[in-house]
Amino acid sequence: MTSFDAIIIGGGHNGLVAAATLAKAGRKVLVLEAGSEVGGAARTEEFAPGFRASSIAHLLNRLHPDVVKTLELEKHGLQFGRADFMPSVALSKDGPPLVLHGAYGEVLTGASSSEQSAWKGLRAQLLRYAGILKPFLYRRPPDLAGMSLLETVSLGQTALALKKLGKEDMRDFLRVLLMNVADLLDEQLTDIRLKGLLAFDATLGSHLGPRSPTSLLGLYYRLAGETDGAAGAQVLPQGGMGAVVTAIRASAEKAGVEIRTLAPVAKIIVEKGRAAGVALDNGEVMHASTIVSAINPATTFLDLVGPREIDTGFVRKVKNIRMKGDTAKLNLALDRPPQFTGVDAAGHKGRLVIAPSPDHVERAFNPSKYGEFSPEPVMEITLPSLADPSLAPSGACVLSAVLQYAPYALKEGWDAGKPKFLKAVMAQLESYAPGIGKSVIHAELLTPADIETRYRMPGGHWHHGELQADQMLVSRPVSGWSGYDTPIDGLFLAGAGSHPGGGVSGAPGLNAARRIIAMKG
Amino acid sequence: MAQATKKKPVAKAAGAPVSARIAAQAHFHTLRLGTPFQPRIDALARTQDWYNWAGYRAPHSLWDEELEYFAIRSQAALFDISPMTKYRIEGPEAEALLNRVTLRDVTKLRPGRVHYTAWCDDEGFVLDDGTLFRLSPTRFRLCSQERHLPWLLDSAVGFDVIVEEETEAVAGLALQGPTSFAVLRDAGFAGVERLKIFDLADFPHDGGPQGNTQVTISRTGFTGDLGYELFVSADMALSLWDRLMTSGDLRGIRAIGYTALNRARLEAGLIVANADFTTAEHAIRADRLRMPDEIGLGFMIDLEKGHFNGRRAILEARAKRKLRYVLVGLEIEGNIPAEHAIVYHKKAHEVGLVSAAMWSPMAKRNIAIASLARPYGDTMVEDLWVEIYAMRELQYQKLMKRAKVVARPFIKLDRRTANPPADF
Repeated sequence: MTSFDAIIIGGGHNGLVAAATLAKAGRKVLVLEAGSEVGGAARTEEFAPGFRASSIAHLLNRLHPDVVKTLELEKHGLQFGRADFMPSVALSKDGPPLVLHGAYGEVLTGASSSEQSAWKGLRAQLLRYAGILKPFLYRRPPDLAGMSLLETVSLGQTALALKKLGKEDMRDFLRVLLMNVADLLDEQLTDIRLKGLLAFDATLGSHLGPRSPTSLLGLYYRLAGETDGAAGAQVLPQGGMGAVVTAIRASAEKAGVEIRTLAPVAKIIVEKGRAAGVALDNGEVMHASTIVSAINPATTFLDLVGPREIDTGFVRKVKNIRMKGDTAKLNLALDRPPQFTGVDAAGHKGRLVIAPSPDHVERAFNPSKYGEFSPEPVMEITLPSLADPSLAPSGACVLSAVLQYAPYALKEGWDAGKPKFLKAVMAQLESYAPGIGKSVIHAELLTPADIETRYRMPGGHWHHGELQADQMLVSRPVSGWSGYDTPIDGLFLAGAGSHPGGGVSGAPGLNAARRIIAMKG
Repeated sequence: MAQATKKKPVAKAAGAPVSARIAAQAHFHTLRLGTPFQPRIDALARTQDWYNWAGYRAPHSLWDEELEYFAIRSQAALFDISPMTKYRIEGPEAEALLNRVTLRDVTKLRPGRVHYTAWCDDEGFVLDDGTLFRLSPTRFRLCSQERHLPWLLDSAVGFDVIVEEETEAVAGLALQGPTSFAVLRDAGFAGVERLKIFDLADFPHDGGPQGNTQVTISRTGFTGDLGYELFVSADMALSLWDRLMTSGDLRGIRAIGYTALNRARLEAGLIVANADFTTAEHAIRADRLRMPDEIGLGFMIDLEKGHFNGRRAILEARAKRKLRYVLVGLEIEGNIPAEHAIVYHKKAHEVGLVSAAMWSPMAKRNIAIASLARPYGDTMVEDLWVEIYAMRELQYQKLMKRAKVVARPFIKLDRRTANPPADF
């Protein structure tokens, strides 16, 4: 039997990034993936004969530049330039849409000139502030108990960056940090379409409405991401999100990583407080001195390690991680491309957002607090086959949409609720793209319950834990254990449930691998 | 609006565990409950000197502190321990759960045995100490000073076990002193002579040997003397009391309060949570938390038995020499009790505090339990002093007395462990 230095549980993109990074540092690495394919929720899958779409994540806007560099992803076919940047189109039922061009609205069209200059100011401010947070949102969180010199220096650098803002700007940064996005938008903008789009972006993927305290953080999180060096830029990978995973996998395999699919881990073997190996569900046992779990943190500790190997207080913390998803995914196979009212050809290749105003987003959020889905959901739509015809049969079209709000714990249950929610979604789509309903060949709606089952994401939450202030940074996944190591020696976390969080960034995987390498050194 | 005001059935499922927990903590609702023995104790309470023991009205003394103490050492003393927090922990994995929660190896605790143990939080700080009764292979009773139901329930996640508060349902009595065995024998508890120290067994009470009519007697106690503890369902409490009082009449049985017991336990060198150390959930100041090694409970820690709460932190503290305190027994010159006196090194440098002190009538020594900051009391035991403030007619007389670190217990009575127990 081959022996490995490290076993990675979970072949999602973070698991693969961690594996590749460790392998490049000379470790012998095995990746165990429960499913038949690696990639987790970042795959490209066929959902109807001839129609393929990105599983859950469908837009790339935060792949960490260090991941691209460390894994040499450009060599493995992943390359993006400014020409690939997608516009964001704020759809409107009664009038022309408003479009953010370039990297998150370098140019704004469809708005009044006063609104354009207001946006210019706000955009610059948002990017400036997101830039302050960026190092925090990328690096390993500071170890509050015993800060190393390096950590102290990097914290100092952030303090310096804050200082460089100037007194007024620094005060404003601190003032707005934990604000709700709606209030900030109301301070600076007037166009409800633009405000609606930003309110949607700030709350996408979380159980927050635009008026929920701290909702602005979601926008910072988005803008801390970059593509080709441009903050906030978004692209559609050719071949869907699976292409990104393919590149990461190629890099990992080139570095010598061995990957086994259909190998679900049933147990992490712990001996005297140390991870010693894993047992697969078929009983096969494998040993390694380093075990990296790139799956959900609650699954890792409550199911694979088991409560009896960890302390009660830690079990408590893990059980208290909030991870009930509020977002659904829709894949439509259409017999022809849809026509969204007032949107030009370039716009159709962009990100189409239905979030007509902050009020609308807030009203969509309200029912989810009480276990009901939004009767008029807000959503982000892409038509990936327009730019990549390989995804659909000739003349046909794929629509991929992320929908809010669809609470995991739907009161009536998703068996009963799913057809009703699909109807609400289709009605919403119909009003922005008349005739779309008739062109549907097949509709696949993935509720949080479906996402949970299909992608092994408890609560169907794509961040593997709500990404809110109390579950970020030093509190992610739980307070006291934010640095990728765990109470079990030799066991590390590397998934989206760890800092900084979800989205196709590779940052948790990269940081975890770096931590492991640094610890041994 | 009609829709908004329409009443909808409230979803109860999600709230159920929370309300169950609240219901299980009914002690919050009545301040100073009476125990099942209260009618008898009230009838004997001449001093009316009460204190609050875990929400119950408990006596400091009933008639005379001194004589109550000597009842423990010369006769038989009956002390109501019903307020002690009691949990029933039962199920196929009760042993595994307790092994994970507590410090000692529960697999070594045989059915019919009792051991003294303690438990820690994740940081290795002591949450409480207490006694663990193994009533059967799958049934335990955990007795402690503080309440721990939420902690135990959260600890039970993933174990096939039931954890239930039984403080109110089960009444308890400690019968301690040289004639205690004879009192039980004369009360008709046949076979009680077979109980060795830390043994327990069930005995029939009120006729039938089944169910509620059983009394669990263990040869345990908090006095360092020959003694027993008796547990019975609350509705049988008074008849048990009467049975003991009747049979003990000629053997000097007396009901006592806590002051007398507290003296006896100090002579026995036993510590009391939140008197000799601050439990982790009560401590507000970071330097008040104590690891087992810092309060003399390091002997309980079993690193070979598998994982238990706090193991990682305890190992690290030991390896990195992060243990900061030590709990010691002191013998102090003179005869003035040094209660809450400051301990000095070379009469000048403050190194700790006395948490309990007395002139011991049994040991004929001035004894104390103190917590010292290491290395004092650990590797540096010479030249220690205590400063006693003796109030003499509205003036403090400050006494600097030499203190010597001595082993606990301060007294060792052969009758405590003698088999068969002696008849007095």
